[in-house]
Formats: sequence, C-alpha cells, structure tokens
Amino acid sequence: MNERKPVGQQKPMEASTQRNKKPHAKPAKLGREVQARLGQQLRAMYDEVLNQGVPERFAELVNRIDGNGNKDKH
Amino acid sequence: MPMDESVRKAVLSAVPSLRAFAISLCGNVDRADDLVQETLLRALANIDSFQPGTNMAAWLFTILRNHFRSEYRKRRREVEDSEGRYADKLKSQPEQHGRVEFREFREALAQLPQDQREALILVGASGFSYEEAANICGCAIGTIKSRVNRARTRLAELLSIDGANDFGPDEQTRAVLAGGGE
Repeated sequence: MNERKPVGQQKPMEASTQRNKKPHAKPAKLGREVQARLGQQLRAMYDEVLNQGVPERFAELVNRIDGNGNKDKH
Repeated sequence: MPMDESVRKAVLSAVPSLRAFAISLCGNVDRADDLVQETLLRALANIDSFQPGTNMAAWLFTILRNHFRSEYRKRRREVEDSEGRYADKLKSQPEQHGRVEFREFREALAQLPQDQREALILVGASGFSYEEAANICGCAIGTIKSRVNRARTRLAELLSIDGANDFGPDEQTRAVLAGGGE
C-alpha cells in the first residue's frame, strides 16, 4: 500500500470546487488518498473487534447446540 | 439432522466479524452482543435452510441485519430515536468503545444514515464484494455503490479530510517534519 505519497502531489482545488455544487448532486469523487485513509481507519476500528476473537458466551452457545432442533435450553 | 462439524466451525469463525458488524451498526457493545446472540440462536434454529457451499458469513450477516432493522423500527416507534439521538448516545458512553483514537471516527460514522453506514462497513471493512453486500441488504449493486460513495464523501466532510495533507494535526505535523522542517 502506498499510503505515504509526497503531499505536494495532491490537488487540493479539486475537492473544494466540487463541494460547492448542489447538496443533492452526485457526491464528489474523493481522491484515492482520502479513500485509503478512510478505509484504513474503518478497518482499524473493525479489526480491533476482530482481534477479540470469539467471546466465551458465543463459543458455548454454538457448541451447546447439537442440531436436531436441540436448541439452547435457557 | 445433526449439525455438521464443518458448519459449526463456519458459524464460529464468522462470530468475530459478526460482532464487529453489529458494533458498527448499533454503536453499543452490549446491545451488539445481544444482537449477535439472537442472530446465532435464529441461525442455528434454521440451520437446515443454510445451503452448503454458500457463504456462511453472508448468511449470518443477512439474518443479523434483518433482525437489527426490525428491532430498530420497533424502538424508533417507541421513542423517536433519530440518527442524531443515536449519535448523542454514542458520545455519552465513550468508554464502551475501547481505544479513544477511534472515537472521532465512530462519532462520524454514527452520523451517517443507516443505509450508508451498513453499506460502507460491509464493503469497506467486512470485505464483502458489492454483489454480496447487495444480497445482504436486499438491494441492487448500483444502490450499494452509490451508498458507499455517499458514505465516504460524508465521512470525509465530517472528519474534515480534504486531502491526505489535511487529515489531522498529527498527520500535518508529521508531514512538516518529514518535509525537512524549514
């Protein structure tokens, strides 16, 4: 991933001109750099939960059920 | 029919992602875990309707999403719980969300319309294709694409990101330092 491109290559005008359009116009196209940043934050937040693995209560729940409609008893 | 061991494993391995999706949807860990529990009970009671060879995670996500939607509608009728109220609630319980560094991001995420939030999470974090996300949400692929685009644009606005060089004070400081610091 190429997250750290030199900042000088950005085109800041593009974003600000597009934002002045009508509010219901098609959303302005975000730069790759911005999309990458958002994606990174989103996944970091999500991964924090993923890294917690399977909590005991869910492992028990899934393991207790044997099929045959033998569902959780409590 | 007894539950196949491979099916059980598939369910278990989908649990972490299911939780992450639920937490992102409702912004509250306790409620999210209740949602996951209810989803698992429903799924396991109806495991015969799961088609072997298809994507277990997508199947579970669909159940969770539908359940969340119906619960949300019910609650909304009870107390006009708008997106704004939801965002306020989120602000009042920051300690539930673990590390502080995601707080600003979570708050911005909470301000998105629900359709956009779920589309963005499914595609941008859960790793589903646009087609899978469309199946989970019961809509057209084009609709998912448009929701994801709108979600990104709105998030960038809320977080004041106009470009990589404008991402936040830390990033700016770092850029200045890296640039030779005149």
